[in-house]
Amino acid sequence: MCDTCGCEGDSKITYNKPGEEHTHDHDHGHGHTHSYTHDHDHQHDTDKHAHDHKHEYSHEHSHHDHDHEHDHAHEHHTHEKEHDHPHGKEIKIEHDILNKNNALAERNRGYFEAKNVFALNLVSSPGSGKTSLLERTIKELGSELNFYVVEGDQQTMNDANRIAALKVPVIQINTGNGCHLDAEMVNKAVKQLEVANDSVLFIENVGNLVCPSLFDLGEAKRVVVISVTEGDDKPIKYPTMFHSADICIINKTDLLPYVDFSVAKAKEYALSVNHHLVFFEVSVKTGEGMQQWYQWLKENK
Amino acid sequence: MHELSIATNIIEIAEEFVTKNKGSHISKIEIEVGELSGIVIDSLNFAMELAVKETVLERAEFVITSIEGKSKCNKCGNEFSNSDWYTPCPKCLSMDFEIIAGKELRIKSIFID
Ligand SMILES: Nc1nc2c(ncn2[C@@H]2O[C@H](COP(=O)(O)OP(=O)(O)OP(=O)(O)O)[C@@H](O)[C@H]2O)c(=O)[nH]1
Ligand SMILES: [Mg+2]
Ligand SMILES: [Zn+2]
Repeated sequence: MCDTCGCEGDSKITYNKPGEEHTHDHDHGHGHTHSYTHDHDHQHDTDKHAHDHKHEYSHEHSHHDHDHEHDHAHEHHTHEKEHDHPHGKEIKIEHDILNKNNALAERNRGYFEAKNVFALNLVSSPGSGKTSLLERTIKELGSELNFYVVEGDQQTMNDANRIAALKVPVIQINTGNGCHLDAEMVNKAVKQLEVANDSVLFIENVGNLVCPSLFDLGEAKRVVVISVTEGDDKPIKYPTMFHSADICIINKTDLLPYVDFSVAKAKEYALSVNHHLVFFEVSVKTGEGMQQWYQWLKENK
Repeated sequence: MHELSIATNIIEIAEEFVTKNKGSHISKIEIEVGELSGIVIDSLNFAMELAVKETVLERAEFVITSIEGKSKCNKCGNEFSNSDWYTPCPKCLSMDFEIIAGKELRIKSIFID
């Protein structure tokens, strides 16, 4: 539900600047909603299923060198179809499913490059300290660099309000049920934010270590934040995210004496899924290690 | 659940192709999902079931093929299968390798009626 106007339909994505009336398109129509609750009458005619399975298996086998067990185990069928009715015209399309997002992300990237905007996509599990990191960075580097922030959360203006308190332009995207930002959301948000040339754009993604990894936003660098209270095996539990990141910030190092977290182990795990990763060990709370991060920001922007 | 976004993308692409080919609906769609794509096939199946209602895919047979992960070692050049991200090169035990297959997420073909 929209926090500002209370409109129904929590799959609605909203864009809000703190202190302004809600700026999102107020479209209450039901253009393309998908029912999450309908009873899908799913009949499994066992004989037909067996037939299908065989058909698909032999089909696959002519294309790949996979061994039997492998293909067999991974064949998945949902929608059954009468088989006495031949399939229609086959079109080989070889179409990348993320094409649309990737294309839009490239447009964002081109826009950022043309304006010399250094865009960073910050991803992590909930509560690792992304907003705190941005707050401290803005406070300590705000006189040297020009910051803009896009905040992504399912609900609330909380994070945007924290940034707005520092007098930095910010827009909050509320994704409703959505578990990640995508290139289209960032495109819309950035248009409203009117980012100036030669600035740094922080995009704080929805706190989630799984879903955001697939969606390129057009950022220059992806920054994954992990805090020492989370367990040092996070990188191999969520390898897709660590594989797709460029920078890994290990936060809350002030808590190291109280938790069983080995920084060396975490780094080793992270490097095992992505040997290009660059690390910063920081405590946003005490400020320890922040200088190296600032140095990197200034050198790379 | 990002699989729902993926399902929505699949439907959009399918609808585009049906329109382009002046068909009415799709009877079958073949999708390839790499083991390292970050997509859980069962979740995608579930998401598709929810999302296809009243679309050109509503009655389509939905076939997903998993593509094995493959990497090439930067140290010794060995090519090896890996369905996770952190198994070292079996030949030289190096962790320095590039993934060459398994990140696919694509529609291979559609059958239009
Ligand atoms: N001890 C300690 N606590 C920290 C540190 N950094 C952040 N925190 C605390 O961690 C909690 C979560 O911080 P946030 O900055 O809101 O985390 P986030 O990643 O933005 O969270 P979401 O947006 O909800 O995903 C807050 O209570 C912070 O005060 C740190 O370096 N040390
Ligand atoms: Mg936050
Ligand atoms: Zn090797």
